[in-house]
Amino acid sequence: MNTALVFPALGPALPEIILAAGALILVLFGAFRGERSAGAMNGVALVLLALAFVALLMLPSGRMETMSGSFVVDSFAKFMKALTLIASAGGVILSIDYMRREGINRFEYPILIILCTIGMLMVISANDLIALYLGLELLSLSSYVIAAFDRDNVRSTEAGLKYFVLGALSSGMLLYGASLVYGFTGSVSFPTIAASLHGTVSNGLIFGLVFVAAGIAFKISAVPFHMWTPDVYEGSPTPVTAFFAAAPKMAGMAMATRVFVYAFPGILGQWQQIIVFISIASMVLGSFAAIGQRNLKRLMAYSSIGNVGYALIGLATGTPEGVQGVAIYMAIYLAMTLGSFAVILGLRRGNVMFEKIEDLSGIARTHPVLAFCLAMMMFSLAGIPPLAGFFAKFAVFNAAIKANLVTLAVIGVVTSVVGAYYYLRIVKVMYFDEPAERYDAMPAGVKLVLALSSVFVVLYVLVPAPLNAAAAAAARSLF
Amino acid sequence: MVIGLGHYLTVAAVLFTLGVFGIFINRKNVIVILMSIELILLAVNINMVAFSTHMNDIVGQVFALLILTVAAAEAAIGLAILVVFFRNRGSIAVEDVNMMRG
Repeated sequence: MNTALVFPALGPALPEIILAAGALILVLFGAFRGERSAGAMNGVALVLLALAFVALLMLPSGRMETMSGSFVVDSFAKFMKALTLIASAGGVILSIDYMRREGINRFEYPILIILCTIGMLMVISANDLIALYLGLELLSLSSYVIAAFDRDNVRSTEAGLKYFVLGALSSGMLLYGASLVYGFTGSVSFPTIAASLHGTVSNGLIFGLVFVAAGIAFKISAVPFHMWTPDVYEGSPTPVTAFFAAAPKMAGMAMATRVFVYAFPGILGQWQQIIVFISIASMVLGSFAAIGQRNLKRLMAYSSIGNVGYALIGLATGTPEGVQGVAIYMAIYLAMTLGSFAVILGLRRGNVMFEKIEDLSGIARTHPVLAFCLAMMMFSLAGIPPLAGFFAKFAVFNAAIKANLVTLAVIGVVTSVVGAYYYLRIVKVMYFDEPAERYDAMPAGVKLVLALSSVFVVLYVLVPAPLNAAAAAAARSLF
Repeated sequence: MVIGLGHYLTVAAVLFTLGVFGIFINRKNVIVILMSIELILLAVNINMVAFSTHMNDIVGQVFALLILTVAAAEAAIGLAILVVFFRNRGSIAVEDVNMMRG
């Protein structure tokens, strides 16, 4: 209680408040300075994200609630928020050079990323259905706009339109589920919902749970609600795709974990079936559908669908080990995704961006460092030890076996072998095919992201303890 | 006949189903999809208010008001994206939203 007395009431929401106030200032700044301010805005946005990160780390430890209990901060929320802020910062850094060269460096982009980040942080901290919905809509509405950010490009606007239609449908389904959950449990607050679930539960509640699960599956692009992902990833400007593949996935998995593990622990048997099904379907589709792809962004879309499937294995267990697995998986997935997209952003000659797999041919001879980094990312995504991706998969498979979900773990191993085919094909194209012309030098920001993520992916094996300990603490706080 | 909770839930379920089918079966016009989305959100609102009155709990009505507000923002953004798409493509027919396939 002592900390509650000295700590301001809205203190737990400090990172969100910093970002929200910053976004308002940035809007005014942009409105007065116009397009000239675009460069400075990116810098200010990065400073804001860094400030929010520092504020997040400075929050006292332990569980804190604010806004009448609808906003909760615990170790799990802090862990996932830290990942989200890193992903958003990556999205800004990767965009700076690209947006300038494509002539779309408008000042709105960093503002939209900040707004999207506030939405994600709110979703991660949501402790009732209303807060969850509002955070999710802030996240989604800003995402629709940044997908269509290259507004004179028909593919980008089409991506925005598709994302909007399917995203709005998914919000509608989530809401319908939320209304049924509210009606059959009598509350929108997660702890009250959890307390009201004992003994037999009504069919109406199960029905609502299924709709909520469908809405969440849309947001994390799990099969069978993945159909927007390849199109949106291909059509959006590449830095936006990198952002979509990284940040909203963190928030989406955090939201799924909090809703299922924290609000519906009493009916584990009911939602476990749903999660097992979408996990298997995502892993299978992610590995088989990617085989025929020629476009790197589309390939990364299927790869992200598959990776969501693996992360869902951890959630399906419903145990602390499983949630720890989800947290570790998402952290490592973040590094692999940002690294891979940094390489894709490096494939540029003059004004032309290259995004086909053939365009990587022989870059081991023309750009050895770039090729080595991408090879490490691909080996890691394929789950080859001693790279980080192996330990991510190991964490979730191990949790599944401990929770007696052996079939799920076996299917996971099999699909990751199938997936290895297309990851290793990229390595083969880079190292054994005839080299093409050299690409332009990578911009400094992209280099930085690539260097940091490569170092993490390669050296995680040496110092796994800090991440594992943080993930374990995060998982414990939900049980 | 007394109109009870069940009747409201049925109406909402019918509206929700109409909305979902409106999105998937509609082959003509993206505006119709926007209208179907509104239908889904209104079905949810009927549910919310019906449960709220039935349980004598104000939270459902607060939720419904927030949904109305967000639905307005959502429609605005959807129409804005539709306008930029129309400028590039010259059409808003559903079958013309097909640049990326496979």
